[in-house]
Amino acid sequence: MTSFRTLTLGTAMAAAALLPMAASADAKAYKVGLIASLSGPTASLGQQIERGARLYEQLHKTDLGDDTIELVVRDDTGPAPDVAKRLAQELVVRDHVDFLAGIIFTPNANAIAPIATQAKVPFVIMNAAASATTKASPYIVRVSQTIPQFTQPLAQWASKQVDIKTVYTLVSDYAPGIEAEEAFTAGFKGDGKSVVQSVRVPVQSPDFVPFLQKVKDAKPDALYVFLPGGTQSTALMKAYQSLGLKEAGIRLIGSGEVTVEDELPNMGDAALGVVTGFHYSTAHDSKANADFLKAWQAAYGADSTPTFMAVGGYDGMAAIHHAIKAMKGKGDGKAAVDAMSQWTAESPRGSVSIDPETRDIVQNIYIRRVEKVNGALRNVEFETFAAVKDPGKAK
Amino acid sequence: MARPIPRNEPVKSLSVSYQGAAASSTWRGLAMGRGGSDLVIAVLLGLAALATLLFGEAYWLLAAQVAITMIFALSVDLLVGFAGIVTLGHAVFFGLGAYAVGIASVQFGWTEPLSALLLAGAVSALLGAATGVLVLRTRGLGQLMLTMAFASLVYEIANRAKPLTGGADGLQGMVVSPVAGLFEFDIFGLTAFVYTLAVLIVVVIFAVLMTRSPYGRSLVGIRENRVRMQAIGTGVQRRLLSIYIVSAALAGIAGALLAQTSQFVGLNVLHFSLSGEILIIVALGGAGRLWGALLGAVVFTLFKDRLSALDPAYWYFWLGLLLAVIVLFAPKGLIGLVDRLLALFRSKEAA
Amino acid sequence: MITAALTILFHGLAFAMVLYIVSVGLGITMGLMNFANLAHGAFAAAGGYVVVMATRSLGLPFWVALPAAFVTVALAGAVVERLVVRTLYGADELRQVLFSIALLFMAIAGFTLAFGPLQQQPEIPAALSGQVTLGGIDFPAYRAFVIVAGVAILAALWLLIGRTRMGMRIRAAVDNRNMAEAVGVDTRMLFTLTFALGTGIAGLGGGIGADVLSITPTYGQEYLVLFLIVVAVGGLGSIFGPFLAALCIGVVDVAGKYLIPEFGAFFIYGVVIAILLAKPAGFFGVRS
Repeated sequence: MTSFRTLTLGTAMAAAALLPMAASADAKAYKVGLIASLSGPTASLGQQIERGARLYEQLHKTDLGDDTIELVVRDDTGPAPDVAKRLAQELVVRDHVDFLAGIIFTPNANAIAPIATQAKVPFVIMNAAASATTKASPYIVRVSQTIPQFTQPLAQWASKQVDIKTVYTLVSDYAPGIEAEEAFTAGFKGDGKSVVQSVRVPVQSPDFVPFLQKVKDAKPDALYVFLPGGTQSTALMKAYQSLGLKEAGIRLIGSGEVTVEDELPNMGDAALGVVTGFHYSTAHDSKANADFLKAWQAAYGADSTPTFMAVGGYDGMAAIHHAIKAMKGKGDGKAAVDAMSQWTAESPRGSVSIDPETRDIVQNIYIRRVEKVNGALRNVEFETFAAVKDPGKAK
Repeated sequence: MARPIPRNEPVKSLSVSYQGAAASSTWRGLAMGRGGSDLVIAVLLGLAALATLLFGEAYWLLAAQVAITMIFALSVDLLVGFAGIVTLGHAVFFGLGAYAVGIASVQFGWTEPLSALLLAGAVSALLGAATGVLVLRTRGLGQLMLTMAFASLVYEIANRAKPLTGGADGLQGMVVSPVAGLFEFDIFGLTAFVYTLAVLIVVVIFAVLMTRSPYGRSLVGIRENRVRMQAIGTGVQRRLLSIYIVSAALAGIAGALLAQTSQFVGLNVLHFSLSGEILIIVALGGAGRLWGALLGAVVFTLFKDRLSALDPAYWYFWLGLLLAVIVLFAPKGLIGLVDRLLALFRSKEAA
Repeated sequence: MITAALTILFHGLAFAMVLYIVSVGLGITMGLMNFANLAHGAFAAAGGYVVVMATRSLGLPFWVALPAAFVTVALAGAVVERLVVRTLYGADELRQVLFSIALLFMAIAGFTLAFGPLQQQPEIPAALSGQVTLGGIDFPAYRAFVIVAGVAILAALWLLIGRTRMGMRIRAAVDNRNMAEAVGVDTRMLFTLTFALGTGIAGLGGGIGADVLSITPTYGQEYLVLFLIVVAVGGLGSIFGPFLAALCIGVVDVAGKYLIPEFGAFFIYGVVIAILLAKPAGFFGVRS
């Protein structure tokens, strides 16, 4: 048994290891294993990431000369770490992928991290945003965002507002939510400023009315909210409106997921005036973003709106392209990670780079307000915190 | 011989109080009688396992997943198919087993896999005993809902008990020692596959022996005619409770295997959808026939894997279509289909 | 203190009425035809989508969209009953479960394809989008409408089942199907009508309740547990049982979330376990 095992393992391992290293002058076919949640209640998120990644591929097909990239897409069905882990393992041993990528949920990313380490395959995180995730494997590069990164600037902004003295926080009850609560509470300070109450709600909460009714009773100046992306933001906004919180003088502030672009049209005018801190808005004024939006709508229809998830998928592929070009057909997973750590780009969200020390994204964080532009609700940026590193790593 | 075998085994064998040596009747039963399909399925599954082991290194992980699902399906079939106890909350035992080995490893450094497996079985059996007493007081829809409510309650507890379970973030840092001190869990899943396969074989032998025993037959008797069994002096409640506990323990072992092979436990192991899925698997394969449940687990897991790879966004549709076709055209599940094929084959041979 | 009690009662009632409108049809079909229709929620979602499409894409008034949802979904229910469900009456329960799950899966994929994976909101009439003041507290007007609608549907069903010939036949068939057939009740037709009625009301519930239970492709799967709980706790074949069950569950759930949000989800299951242990056939169960 042992000898058989070593034998097969040896050959399989050698084959897996040799593939990316087989340096030759000929065209090389790279494979990227993209894992995202494409079915179930969070399917909209996976669709955004996949579309973003495919769009980059479509636009930059010819950039790599004769080399090609194939996307192998898998559905992890939602927050299901064991499924995600098995898919990652299979992508490595069965499909021999050169890169792992995708991942919406932090637990799934944490489950995959040891696979990336063991197989020495670079793992490009396109969403999962808990600060500590990049520490789980030296092969992780994150191109998306971290929660303290976009929460702290918002807290700083809120601290400067004279009409925001008391804040009630409401977050989803899981690691990213708690991280957001902590980052906001730590960053919101000043004379007479206080977080009066905090509530953590179940990750899948169908109706926010009971929670928000309590907020209304507490009469804070503002309600800070962090929710995972997905179908919950509309439900929150609905409860905010139907309970008349705005009329009661309670401002809504939060992370960008609360006013995410693909759900904004469903929210209606209730969303007007909501202030969020985030790294991407479709209303971002730049040529890169205009080109991105044009290409997106050409590919997926005029009524389709890309969100930060799509940008994560798009930029993730950009980083992978950068690594492939830099390696010139040679080098292993470590070399790819090193190459991506030097990646800088003019992304649709603004200038981005990877911090070589933490392999985490460095980017601008914008404070935005929902306004009506040409009849449509947009997240209009009005203040910029430039080149923000993940504050969670500073500790 | 050519006649399709009815799902519900005739109750007449019950009046025979002595069945002879359980083991010998088992193998005779397998080779002859209604076991024709069973034997065919057993041989085919055995060959498939062997082929996967020798040539399918890219599929070892999936095969381990299949073996785990088979054990879980078996545990549910013992309840639903044999004893007629309905459940829509069996994931609670699966998940508890997974958390038991996970927490034992993370909190107490109990990383030896085989003993941890037994621990998981024991913990799940305990919960089975505690909830079984209550669940078995009801029947039908009430029973279904009670199992579901208990499972949902435990799900919420696991969600809240963050220091122990990691809550919605999952239990991290789980370490599993090499099996028997020799075989480390590898990225290709060879150890995972062989290990789960070995446990599966033991569980299947146990289940076959048990269902063929007078005890197993008395369960079928209770399912078919509870009043009569009570009248002839069978301890109905005691027997139902005992099979409930056995089933819980087996589900716990399956869950523990998942935790050990993936070295991670997430809340999804306790989720309602898993309880529903395993019931679907048993119904798909054909309830009350052990090998039906096993076949159902293989077919369902493989289909799900392939479909979700081929059409990641809409694979639900194809899975639904498959299930609908099976319901409409194979009333007795996949094993009923095998029965019919065998009957067809034999009648041709006889002609 | 009184404010909190009123708040819990109001929002609990609104939640309860949504649960009731969606679930009551499931209880009737399970009680009458013994058919465990786990795809029931998909019919409710279909109704929700009809209301969304009618108010948003076609610009029809909300008050036209609601009856349209009822009629469309009832027709769809009748077709499904005639084509497939009929062949499964009296079949093994597991086959029914398997088939209805299959239907649910296909519906989820179909909804995703047709309407996308995101949540959809119907356009609510302006008259219902403000606040109403009850006992000195402001409440959302739409939820007050939901409460009224739930009570109205209970009353309508009570009249239909208790006072009409069709209702008489349904009651007779629930009690004893063979006897009903023997005295000349056409149970085939009755079953189709009942199935259509049950799914139609669910469709109405999906549309009315979209404010509380959002319309997404996975609606029928996500809330299935809630619907089953209402039916099991209420008792099969009854129209009052699910009403009472929905009230208990709605108020307990909202109270839990309002008072102790961290442990909100425990209460609902604790109550279910307690009730089912005390009354295994539910409050008004004709059979279990």
